[in-house]
Amino acid sequence: MSDVYIIGAGIHPFGRHDDKTALDQGVFAVREALKDAGLDWTDIQFAFGGTSGGNSDAMLPHLGLTGVQFINVANGCATGGSALLSGYWAIKSGEFDLGVALGFDKHPRGAFNADPKSWGLPDWYGQTGMMLTTQFFGMKIRRYMDLFGISEKSLGLVAEKSFQNAVHAPHAWRRQPVPLDTILQAEPINDPLTKYMFCSPSEGGVALILASERKAKELGRAQVRIRGAAVRTRPAGSFEVFSPSLDIERGKAPTELAAKAAFEMAGLGPDDIDVAQLQDTESGAEIMHMAENGFCKDGEQEQWLAEGRTKIGGKLPVNTDGGCIACGEPVAASGLRQVFENVVQIRGQGGARQVDGARVAYSQVYGAPGLSAVCIVGQ
Amino acid sequence: MGRLPIADKLFTEGPDGPRLLAGRDRETGKLAFPMPAGAEARRYDEVALSPRGRLWSYTVQRFPPKLPFQGEQDPAKFKPYAVGYVEIPGEIIVEARLETESFNGLKVGLPMELVIVPFRLTPEGDEVVTYAFKPAT
Repeated sequence: MSDVYIIGAGIHPFGRHDDKTALDQGVFAVREALKDAGLDWTDIQFAFGGTSGGNSDAMLPHLGLTGVQFINVANGCATGGSALLSGYWAIKSGEFDLGVALGFDKHPRGAFNADPKSWGLPDWYGQTGMMLTTQFFGMKIRRYMDLFGISEKSLGLVAEKSFQNAVHAPHAWRRQPVPLDTILQAEPINDPLTKYMFCSPSEGGVALILASERKAKELGRAQVRIRGAAVRTRPAGSFEVFSPSLDIERGKAPTELAAKAAFEMAGLGPDDIDVAQLQDTESGAEIMHMAENGFCKDGEQEQWLAEGRTKIGGKLPVNTDGGCIACGEPVAASGLRQVFENVVQIRGQGGARQVDGARVAYSQVYGAPGLSAVCIVGQ
Repeated sequence: MGRLPIADKLFTEGPDGPRLLAGRDRETGKLAFPMPAGAEARRYDEVALSPRGRLWSYTVQRFPPKLPFQGEQDPAKFKPYAVGYVEIPGEIIVEARLETESFNGLKVGLPMELVIVPFRLTPEGDEVVTYAFKPAT
């Protein structure tokens, strides 16, 4: 079994691009990743790609009809993470030396709307206005705040940090600092979360070139190795989006399972991580994911945020490119953006957002219908 | 002008007041809400839930949802509404619209009771009703 390296990384900036299709942005990202790796499309043996509700292999006529084995991946909000994991397995198995994991999307403005039938839910659930992801986010953090003493100010501190970090990330969307008071006093979207605390659906594309150890060394590009990667779905008793009811007996979150599996694969623990990209569909998610991934205990986030421990320069910088809050969320590309940012950090190419001495980096994407993908990369 | 429940077998309205209908899995005894429909329904016995519980969590919907939402979608006319989960002791935690306009009065642990409320009018003038929980009196 071979170790797997990320030898090229490309991104189309996230945000709004009225003159470009989702496909244009995906193709752009693949070309950037190939350029970064010093390779041609003809060198690529396989691709795992995702885009919401479409065929990502529609990009083939633009990249080259080489007959490459291209597999479309659709796995909700973990589509990008699942494409990466699939590529990782393909190389680790010894079957391939060189491939690409990619994702791109372009969503309409405003909160996602969902069709109850496609989720196995009755029509009345959507008709009466209960089938909204943003409500779930509001309710999950509301209960967590009450149970573990998290303040509304902490919600604001997370968003303030996101916009501060994004100033230095060329691929981010919202790159202006926003003062804490503005964040806290802005109109609520789903209480207790205000509009500056939410990420918005956006557009973008990301591609990562994966290589076997042999190939990475042959090309002189064995700098960033995948140390651990896992996808896990919701266990019994977890609190997930689009749940008309919940069991009274509560269970673990899918993120806790994915984190444990990835740490075990890597032979590492939370204390070994130098920088982390954690799913932040809104401020509350980042706070809860700090604990679900094992970086702190429930409730300790209040002190961590007050002390700036998750800022660049702190004990564990989180979402160094501004995360989803500042980049927006093109669903199939979002998890790959986190890994892109970690590749930048491990290579020491982060400029003003670089985390000093970043050797091991962690990423976690979570989403509907209740699954989580974790990837740990390092030198 | 009639009065139409938003769905069949979602709730009942008897002399003792309304009840939500859940399903009890015949093998595991676990409750499911709503009562599963279609082929899966054969695995469940219909059970009426207690109409009282405590607020488990909540939020306020401040913007009009997109389709398939059937309430007011015009942002100028839309009125924010509260949504939450109510824990029915010993049974299950159910998601519901919350019948209150004093959003600041909502707190985790607040006693709640089931009510049937008007939701919208059909083009024919019939009143569609759905379930909600309101702070218990």
